[in-house]
Parts: sequence; C-alpha cells; structure tokens
Amino acid sequence: MDKIIEMLLQLHPDLDVECDSLVDDGILNSIDVVTLVTEIFNEFDVTVPASEIVPENFNSASAIWEMVSSLMDE
Amino acid sequence: MGFVSVWFLLFCAAAVLLYYVLPKKWQWPLLLTASCAFYASYDLRYFGFIAVTTVSVYFAACKISQLRAKQNAYLQEHPELGKDEKKAYKAKTKKKTWAWLITCLLLNFGILFALKYINFFIGNINAIISIFIESKIPTFDKLLLPLGISYYTFKTAGYIIDVYFGRYEAERNIFKVALFTSFFPTLLNGPIDRFPLTAPTLFSEHSWDEKRARFALQRILWGYFKKVVIADRLVVAVIAIVSDPEKYPGVMVAFGALLYAAELYCDFTGGIDITIGVANLFGVEVSENFLRPFFSKNIAEYWRRWHITLGTWFKDYTFYPLCTAKPVMKLTKFAKNKFGAGAAKRVPIYVASIVLWFCTGAWHGASWNFILWGMGNCFVILVSQELTPLYKRFHAKHPDIDNKWYYKTMCIVRTNAIMCCLRLFDCYKDVPTTFKAFGSMFTKPSFNMLNGTTLLDLGLTAADYAIAFAGILLIFAVSMIQRRGSVREMIDKKGFAFRLAVFALLFAVIIVFGAYGLGYDSNSFIYSKF
Amino acid sequence: MRSKVILRVLICVIVFVLLFICLQRLLMPKYTREAEEGRLTAEYYGSDKNHDVLFIGDCEVYENISPVTLWREYGISSYVRGSPQQLIWHSYYMLEDALRYETPKIVVFNVLSMKYGEPQNEAYNRLALDGMRLSSTKINAIKASMKSEESLMSYIFPILRFHSRWNELNSDDLKYMFCSPPQLSVAGYLMRVDCRPLKTDPPVGHQLMDYSFADICWEYLEKIRTLCEENGAKLVLMKAPTVAPYWYAEWDSQIVEYANKHGLAYYNFLNSVAEIGIDYTADTYDEGQHLNVWGAEKLSSFFGKELASLGAPDRRGEADYEQSWAKLCERYDEVKQYQQDILEQTGTITGFPVPD
Repeated sequence: MDKIIEMLLQLHPDLDVECDSLVDDGILNSIDVVTLVTEIFNEFDVTVPASEIVPENFNSASAIWEMVSSLMDE
Repeated sequence: MGFVSVWFLLFCAAAVLLYYVLPKKWQWPLLLTASCAFYASYDLRYFGFIAVTTVSVYFAACKISQLRAKQNAYLQEHPELGKDEKKAYKAKTKKKTWAWLITCLLLNFGILFALKYINFFIGNINAIISIFIESKIPTFDKLLLPLGISYYTFKTAGYIIDVYFGRYEAERNIFKVALFTSFFPTLLNGPIDRFPLTAPTLFSEHSWDEKRARFALQRILWGYFKKVVIADRLVVAVIAIVSDPEKYPGVMVAFGALLYAAELYCDFTGGIDITIGVANLFGVEVSENFLRPFFSKNIAEYWRRWHITLGTWFKDYTFYPLCTAKPVMKLTKFAKNKFGAGAAKRVPIYVASIVLWFCTGAWHGASWNFILWGMGNCFVILVSQELTPLYKRFHAKHPDIDNKWYYKTMCIVRTNAIMCCLRLFDCYKDVPTTFKAFGSMFTKPSFNMLNGTTLLDLGLTAADYAIAFAGILLIFAVSMIQRRGSVREMIDKKGFAFRLAVFALLFAVIIVFGAYGLGYDSNSFIYSKF
Repeated sequence: MRSKVILRVLICVIVFVLLFICLQRLLMPKYTREAEEGRLTAEYYGSDKNHDVLFIGDCEVYENISPVTLWREYGISSYVRGSPQQLIWHSYYMLEDALRYETPKIVVFNVLSMKYGEPQNEAYNRLALDGMRLSSTKINAIKASMKSEESLMSYIFPILRFHSRWNELNSDDLKYMFCSPPQLSVAGYLMRVDCRPLKTDPPVGHQLMDYSFADICWEYLEKIRTLCEENGAKLVLMKAPTVAPYWYAEWDSQIVEYANKHGLAYYNFLNSVAEIGIDYTADTYDEGQHLNVWGAEKLSSFFGKELASLGAPDRRGEADYEQSWAKLCERYDEVKQYQQDILEQTGTITGFPVPD
C-alpha cells in the first residue's frame, strides 16, 4: 500500500493521497495510468491486464492496492 | 437522407409520433424498424455489411459469455480444485474465448479494411514495387463504403471486447444487438457509444416527457444552427483556399486554417447535437462527444474533449491493451535492465502512443495525410510529456500562474494554434502540398492578401462573413456561459414566453440565414465520410 | 396541469407554424419589379372559370392572343394559361390543373416548345410552377420538370429555395406579403402597347443537324391529346406568327403530319401573316419576337373566326358571361390607356406596367 502511495507521489508530488476520484477528476491521465501499471509490474511482478484498467480500479490508492493484491492472489 | 433534409425531419417526426402512440413494448422494435428504413434509404446493398457485423458480433459475444458461464459453474461445482488446476482451467477457457474474440474482430475489421483501406494499401505497395519492377497491382474501383461503417464497426468491437473482458454479459436478443449497432441518429457521425451506457435507455420503455422533449428539440435547433448557418457557409471559402494553394499562400493559409477550425467544429458538433437531440426525443441517452475542446490548455486535454468517444475507444481498446501486452512488458523489462528505469517507463507509452495515433490517423481517412496528421499529434503529446519536468520547475517558480487569465489564455491560444497547423494535413490534398502551404506561412506571408478583394473572391459575400462571424460570437458566448452550467436550464428558468421567443428566433435565423438549398451543397456532413 | 401542458405545446406549434408561414410569404419572390410573368400561373385561380377555349403555351400565346378581342368580336370566353418558356410538360400539367376547375370545349396548344427536349433553366420551372395550387397535379408537374439539382420539398416549401433572398427584400415584399399584387394579365394575356419594328427581313435559322423533336415531347403531345379526348375537348395546334425563335419547315411538316394523323386542326400563322394583316414594322414591340397589343388584336380577330367555326360558342347575351367579361374588358381598356399614357410621357415601356 505504501509503495502505491509512493508511486503516486512520484507522479504528482502535490497529490492528495486520500482522494478517491483520481481518474474521474482527471488527476491521473492515461499516461500516468500506464506508468503506474509499468511500476506495478516492476515492483510486484504482476501484469495488470487491460480488462482491469477501468477508472474504478485507479481512482484511489486503496483501489489500486486492492486490485494489485487480488491479482497477486490469482 | 442526410440530417439537412426535410425528409429527415419528417421521418423523425413520424417515428417520434409512433413511438409514443404505440404500446410501450413496441418502442424499441420501432426504433429498429426506423433504423433499418433509414439505412435502406441510402443503399440497400449496405444492409449486407451491417447485418454481417451484427450477427457475427452477437454470436461471438454470446459464445464468450456462455464459455465463461460454463467456467464459473464448473469452478463452483468443484471447490476442491487447487489453485494451479483452477488457473489451468481458466486459461483453457480464456484460450477459447480469445479465439472467438479474435475471429470476430478479424472479420469485422477485415471488412472495414477491405472496403476502406485496400486501395490505399495497394497504392503503397505499388509505389514500393515500382522501384524494382514496372508492373502494378490493379486497384479496385467502385468499392462500396457502407454508411457509418467506421462508427458501427468500432462500436460493436468495443461491445465484444468488453464482453470478453468480462465487464458485462452478452446481450441475448439479436434484435437488441442490431438496434445498438444501427440506431439511426448515430449512423451518420457517431458517437461511438458504449453498450452499457446506451442499452438501458435504448431498450426500456419511455413515456412522453415534456421537458426532455423540449430540451431535445432545443438541442436539435442549436445543432442545425451550427451546421447550416455557419459550417455550410464557411465550407465554400475553406475549399476555395485549400484547393488553390498557389493562389492563396502565407497568411491565407492561416486564415483558411482558422475558418476550417470553425467549420469543422460547427459541422461535427452540430451533427452530434442533432444526433443527441434526436436520440433524446426517444428518451435514449447517447454519449457526449465534445466538451468545449477549443478551451483546452494542451493537446492531450484537447483530445479528451474533442471526439471524446473515439479517444476513449482508442485509449481503452488500443492504448491500454498494448501497454500491458506481454511483448511490450518484456521489452520494458529488457529496457530496464539495459538502460534503466527511466527508459523502461517510456517503452510502453511510446509504443502504444505511436500505434494509437497511427490508427487514429488512419481512422479519419485512408491517406498519408491523415496518418501524418496522427503522428503529428503523437509527436506533440510525447514532446510535451517529456517536457513535464521543465513545466514543473516553471510552475514551482511561479506557483500561482495557473490561475492567471493571461497564462490560461496563452495556453489555449497555443493549443489551438498547434491544432490548426496539424489540421492543415486534413485540408490539403496531399502531403507535399500541405508542407508547401505550411512553409509558405513563413517564406511568403503575403500579409497584403488579407483584404476585401481577396476575401470576397473566396465565394462568400460580406453578408456571409458577417453572419458567420456573428454566429461564431454567439457560439463562443454560449460556451462561456456553459462553463457555469446548462444554458437550456438557464433559459428554462426565465419562463415560457422568453423561451419561446429565444427558440423561435433561432428557428427563424436557421431558416433564413442557413446556407442550404440550391447553390449550397449541404448534404454531406464532413464526418460522415469517415 | 395536463391541460396547461397541452396548451403550451399548442401555443408553441402555432407560433412556429405562423412564423414559418410569415417568413415564407415574406421571402417568396413577388414578381413585381422583375420577371413579372411569374404572377401568371397564380392569377388563373382568380378568374371566373367558365372558359370555352383554353390556350396553353409560352410567350407565343400569352403575349399574342388577346381573349378580350375574342370576346368582343366573337363572344368566345377564353383564358391563356401561359408562362415564360413553358415547356410541353408544363403545358400538360397546366391543362390538367385547369381541368380540375372547368372543362373547356377547345384547347389550343402552341407548338414552339416541341423544340425543347429538356429543362432549360430552373428559373422557368419556378415561374411556371410556384404559382400553382398544391395538388397531385402540381406534385407530378414538379417531378416532371425538376432539374437534377432541384428538390420536390423546395417546391412544397418554397422558402427552402428562396430563403437567401433576405438580402434583396424590398418594400413590395412586405406590401404583398398577404395579398396579391394588382392583376397583371387580362384573362392570361400580357399587353404591351409600344412598338419596336422589325427593320430587316425576318431572320432565317441556321441549318440544324437533326430536325426531329425529342421523344419526350412527342410523348407529352400524345398525353395532351388523350387528356383532351378524355375530357371531350377538341385539341387545336397553333404556331404564332412571330419570327424568332425561328420555326423550321422541317419542324412544321412533322406537326402537320401529326395533326393529319389524328385529325387535329393546326394553324401555322406564319403562313397567313398577310391575311391576318400583321405588319412587323408596327405590330411588334421587340422586332418580331412578340406581338404588341395591336398585333395581338389582329391575330385574335383572325383566329377567333376559326375557333368559332371549330365550335367555340358565342356567349354574348348570357348574363353571367356578360358580367365577368364586362369587368375584363374594362380592365383591358384601363391597362391599354395606362400604358399609352406612360408611352406618351416617357417614350418607353419596360416590363408589363399595369395600374393598381
């Protein structure tokens, strides 16, 4: 979880980590999302499939973490 | 029948009347019938193509849903299975569903490619082989390009990919899939709708709602105003300028680009306003396609606000899948080991962006002009992405500048200037001409050409310019107000008489000042040729 | 609540329809300052429809045949359904339209338009058809006449064609928005009292590659003939005695042949110029292309005798005829006097001036 927040802050230093509408509010754009996916791949060795790239999974740090953990479980 | 025809209006009026008079359970079948009739009014031969798309997509989607249901049932029945066994079983199902998806997509994009791109493709091959040998592969003449094929192919592709992703279940009624594919207001110029967004309102029963109908009619009027009064008027001058780059160099290129920006915006958003208005008359919701794109502060934002549904489509079904595709991931890993994290981060973005913009360019037309136009967009976006650290430093120095009006205006003007230059590709007839025209802005600006004689030589009278200018001002004003909320709601609050007066006036303006009828050819929306 | 909504919708509909009608009325050409012939088609509906003889054709009828003369000299009640460059399909539908209101005993068709196998100019379609009342006849007429770039809807809603007139509106457009301008023709006849003589010999046409008339013209001539037959009207063919456009002997013989084949009377008045007494130095206002009122009176007087012998009844003494023709005669003399006054004062006449 902390890793995720770190990644987010690296992208946008002034990002509000509590925010739960990162994509919906346009804080994260598609390039940010892809950067996150790449970082997740590097960090956790999980490939986020395209089918999981929906706003709901990237709207908050916790949502991203949830997605990553469920992917790791599979 | 295009949007700008009395027949279309009568057709819509008849459909709406029947829609609310007939029993409610007949509503969506009526829409399907109307869509078929609309399609048939163009060319009966088109029917075969859209039917193949509908049936194949319906069938493959059902199959994928079934396979997945079977898998889930099996997994539920066998809770004793270990993790690896489960995984293996899932992989097996996935392979099958993948096969269905790919077959279906290949078929449909194959049709699109064969009809729209084959001649372009052969032409390029010929150009290459002509270096070596004299012979040529013949191109096909008289290829049929079914109405709206780019729109419905993408729409249905999105649907089946979503089903494959497991985002929702396949629709079990083939006629409903047929209606989703062919819903007539969206055939001419999109939007490229998402199934879960449209379906609930497309197939449900609707009662007459006065306010909804009123808003819909108002939107239709507004669409016609943009399309008929402004776009169709300006198109004459745009064509005059771009068809003779020798005669109109330098400042006239810039002037043409400005006119084209206004024309394109009015034509396309006008068409979408009519589409959405007509759909709303039936109580159907379709996606917004524009969000005041000319107020964007950078190109990436522009593309999130212009032709939104196309951008989202490419993002969801090209950009993300490519970024996460296994070969790309491998490449990323390789890059990380060789060149470090910085390069690795860029690999998926670069690969996917280039493919995305190549496809976006090709979607707009089978020619190098459009492909270069796409690559131009890609280049600008990637460069601005690379410059991000610079921007960040600049903003750190001037923390408040983002809220300053002059900075915002500067960004908006810059974005539009870049977009206007890029759009030259889609105006001039081929790539060399485009570059020549662009270059002439610097080599021979010819500022003295911007005078009354030249302007009146473009096929527009002084009155035409005045009307177009007033119309653009009005649209600008409405857009400014729109940032604070729905203009129709505001007008609504002023009461019945005011509302009636405003829209009666708009109606009169369209009828009188519209550039339609003999002497004007307003039957083709720019975006329906894609 | 419900009735309030309905009321509001009703008001909206009424406002929009009224607005549309008013704009259409405003923007339709009134044909008062130019192309005045555009008023002819509509004027027919204001006439007392009791005509025994009906003329159809182009300017060769409406400027050369004077129904008032026919009435005064022979008691023949007639009307000229003419329009500028009336093509044969226009003529056919003009006739069909007139037959919806009355059944004449004789229909006279002027054969000059046999030479045109296709529409010449959109404007003439408008001049001929816009004045026609909406009916299935009109729809068919439009379909038959349209050039490829025209559309049926723009005839049904003429504003679609004429909306771009907004920058040429003048006071007449307001004045005659809801009422018609003063009667231009007298029973379809357009008068000119001035004279511009033919100073040379009548022009002779260039040789043509092909003298046969277009198939479509024969088709419509046949349709006109059958329509007359079905309605018990006698079809008579005529060619006005005007020297331009040139009427070729080769054309004439084809018409003669057709007339003989079907037992129709055909008068080529070019052959009887001397007999009629037409003097091209006095009886034309544009060097022989159209007759002026003096020429038209001579021609009508000559033709009237023939029409009477063909069975056009003498209606003098019948009260309702006397009544309607008295009005027309009065108007005729009034217009004639009006134009003569203008001619005296200014020396020239342009268009077809009529008193209010």
